[in-house]
Amino acid sequence: MADTIHCDLAIIGTGIAGMAAAIFAANRGMSVAQAGNTGSLAYTTGYFDLLGSIPATDEGGKATPVNEPFKALPELLNAFPQHPYRFVDEAGMREAFTELTDFLTRSGLRYEGGGETNHRLPSPAGTLKRTWFVPATMRPAEEMLAGTEECVIVDFAGLKGFSARQIAANLSPKRANLRGETVRLPGPGGEVYAENVARMLETERGRESFAKVLQPLIGDASWLGLPACLGIYRPEDIMDDMERRLGVRIFEIPTMPPGVPGIRIKEAFEEASSGMDLRLFRQQRLVWEDQHDELYRLRVTGTSVERQVLAKNVLLASGRFLGGGLTGERTGIRETVIGLPVQQPDSREDWHRFNYFDQRGHKVHRTGLVCDESLRPLGNDGKPFAQHLHAAGSVLAGADWMRMKCGAGVAVTTALAAVKSMK
Amino acid sequence: MGTRKTIQTQVLIIGAGATGTGVMRDLALRGVHCALVDRSDVNAGASGGNHGLLHSGGRYVSNDAHAAAECREEGDILKKLAPQCVDETGGYFSAVAGDDENFIADFKSHCEKCGIDCTEVDPAEAREQEPHLAEDTIAVYEVPDASVDPFKLSLENVAHAKLVNNSKYLRHTEVVRFEIENGRIRAAICRDTDSGEELRIEAEQYVNAAGAWAASVAAQAGASVDMLYSRGTLLVTQERLSSRVINRLRPPSDGDILVPGGTVSILGTTSVRVDDPADARPTVEEVDRNVEQGWPMMPILAHTRYIRAYAGVRPLVLVGDGEGDGRSVSRDFSLFDHEDANLSNFCTITGGKLTTYRVMAERCSDLVASRLGVSAPCLTATEPLATVNACEWTEPGRAPKIWARNPDADDPILCECEMVPASAIDEIMNDCSEFIPDPGLQALGLRSRIGKGSCQGSFCGMRIAAHLYDTGRFDSPGGLKNMQGFFAQRFKGLRPVLWETQLVQAELAEALHCGLLGLEQIEGEDD
Repeated sequence: MADTIHCDLAIIGTGIAGMAAAIFAANRGMSVAQAGNTGSLAYTTGYFDLLGSIPATDEGGKATPVNEPFKALPELLNAFPQHPYRFVDEAGMREAFTELTDFLTRSGLRYEGGGETNHRLPSPAGTLKRTWFVPATMRPAEEMLAGTEECVIVDFAGLKGFSARQIAANLSPKRANLRGETVRLPGPGGEVYAENVARMLETERGRESFAKVLQPLIGDASWLGLPACLGIYRPEDIMDDMERRLGVRIFEIPTMPPGVPGIRIKEAFEEASSGMDLRLFRQQRLVWEDQHDELYRLRVTGTSVERQVLAKNVLLASGRFLGGGLTGERTGIRETVIGLPVQQPDSREDWHRFNYFDQRGHKVHRTGLVCDESLRPLGNDGKPFAQHLHAAGSVLAGADWMRMKCGAGVAVTTALAAVKSMK
Repeated sequence: MGTRKTIQTQVLIIGAGATGTGVMRDLALRGVHCALVDRSDVNAGASGGNHGLLHSGGRYVSNDAHAAAECREEGDILKKLAPQCVDETGGYFSAVAGDDENFIADFKSHCEKCGIDCTEVDPAEAREQEPHLAEDTIAVYEVPDASVDPFKLSLENVAHAKLVNNSKYLRHTEVVRFEIENGRIRAAICRDTDSGEELRIEAEQYVNAAGAWAASVAAQAGASVDMLYSRGTLLVTQERLSSRVINRLRPPSDGDILVPGGTVSILGTTSVRVDDPADARPTVEEVDRNVEQGWPMMPILAHTRYIRAYAGVRPLVLVGDGEGDGRSVSRDFSLFDHEDANLSNFCTITGGKLTTYRVMAERCSDLVASRLGVSAPCLTATEPLATVNACEWTEPGRAPKIWARNPDADDPILCECEMVPASAIDEIMNDCSEFIPDPGLQALGLRSRIGKGSCQGSFCGMRIAAHLYDTGRFDSPGGLKNMQGFFAQRFKGLRPVLWETQLVQAELAEALHCGLLGLEQIEGEDD
């Protein structure tokens, strides 16, 4: 006999869109069942983008960097009328981000931003990234970049893909007085992972020994840039403690994912979920079965106990190829959970352009589900596939989030729009 | 236009493919000093875009007995003298139900006529040896096919020549014009393709070994070579699928050879006539054709993971009317002395196959030596190819072996697909510093396994770039441009194989390269 869970909303997926939807639904008193691989959250860098760039539309054209996201929205929708931002307005966007970042702030992960302009903050390669909301531990980099005082950026021997010298060299044309240094952390040597450093810094002793190895590198610097590693749970407190010990201002720079900022969000969400009316099935899947009267029947797979979910609403937040919501076969792109029609080019030849860095982006990234205004995916007949089935996030057609720098924006704003349109 | 330097040498060789590097070593062993130039780098053309198959000759017995016998002879020489570049895998020719019975019946006697060892194998026994062969395999013959590492071969030719008499290799150096006087070339004016600086090379003899570009190099000297070009697209699988070379026992066609290359297998090839020798981009259509043609022979080819495709353009010398798809045009090589163009110190060697590169180099060097009045004989058929350490990192599977023998916690693995540690990167950088003063990821990729694994350089490219900044090889935003060029180059081969897992991997890579780092916009952005 299968255990049956009754709920207002079944969410398929635990990326940013799925997590945001769970929080939005819980805030509105809905009961939720949710499944997915929460590890995918660790792929966020911590930066929450809304709109950073509008890709070129003509061959040989240049993408347009976006400094003021709301002012640029009409231009985006004019060039890419299928973009899911057509379903949300400015007030809805602000509401969605405010609600999500309030949740994270209450969980100890304070976010800053959300004004009229994008922030420009360092990437792990030392390029500058345009983004809208920023963890409080990363935001000070902006002030550092605007100043002139000496700044030392430090990496750790054995931490791969993060070079303080690389970041310093690439920021240097815009900002003088930067230097990159490497420290060897106490311990056996070998490979170093930012997550391990972060967990070490959760302890007083860890912070003490960390301060000891960093101290000799500070010199005359007033600023210290570190790979994101300042603890998992209350990073701002750990940053304050390290600033006090070292007598410098500190900022974090994201590392290559999976990284600490994403792990922080994942743990905060998992911890908070126990206080919500939310059944979260981690590292499991929700399989779509059928419609049953006014309810949708799904099945949780991967557990030893067979569970059935009967939900009034279903939200597909299953992601793209990496998340598993879409699969690209040699002969075409399929939606994996329900088998919904996917808007896509006629042949694989048109998925990607010849030039990897073509500023128009690749068409494959704008494939996905086509929806109505309530974010209900359409079936082959052009009508909503099911009355109470919605979709949110990157599985939607029209947003090349990598080129438009709108990943978190699409995930968070469509999640709220979908939840608000549920009965 | 920078300062003009002059280099003097006895022979200038143009083109650092297998043939050009083979001529360089051959002449060096005869005591002749050479300079070798390439517009790009070693094996940038067909020598780097082929199957890596050291033909037993079996593939040609039905339609070109001369080529078959030549392959057998040259294959034997390379197995003996360059064993470090050759994997003596053996090969099967296998037919499935529905394949031409007459072709199958004649195969063994055709091989015998060409002196190629050929043994009939019971299909059930063959499937025990090679479990991925189709269930309806009806006939199998074993022949002495082998696989060869063309990069190692060419790099060692260059290194050996340098060791013997300090012959020189100049990469990123293209010939822009010849100075010709009274039927002799006096100098080649070259240009460094990185710096734009001009370089004058004065030699007694000039060799055009530019492969598919031989016609245009010849034209610069006022000589003519009629060529046609046939593109072949090949596919690399994530895992090695057979221990032997597997050939379809049928007349040569698309997708009928699977060659093991260390830890992977290579499926190919197609043959499409192209007008431009630079048109070496593998296409989606050709990739699909290889897969669809390959799977009847080995069903796993329908659903295995392919990590990249690549294409080479076969330089074929036009003889007769030149009709057909390129498979019907002779694979023989041609040596032109260009005396008909009133030139006495210029020759062109082109056409042919990787397997016969050595004898091509020998014939060419014979002509050059006689023109120079050098009587020393060719030694490449008897002298072993020296192993030079700098070339060893091209060998698949070598890095993990070394690392496993002596794992060093402080020597991080930067390329996890192929287990290439930081120390290997440093070693190659040091060894190459003399002729690559400003090395980057592409040069490293040519001389090691980085970028060859399932991530195709997407991740190791970032880690290695960080390491190059850490060690001071990169110290400016130019390093980002170098990363960008490296990723764009790898993408050419990835694009046509992006489905299923490889598409997932590519999405993650682009999320990092563009979504996070914004590498697509690093140029021309003003603040």
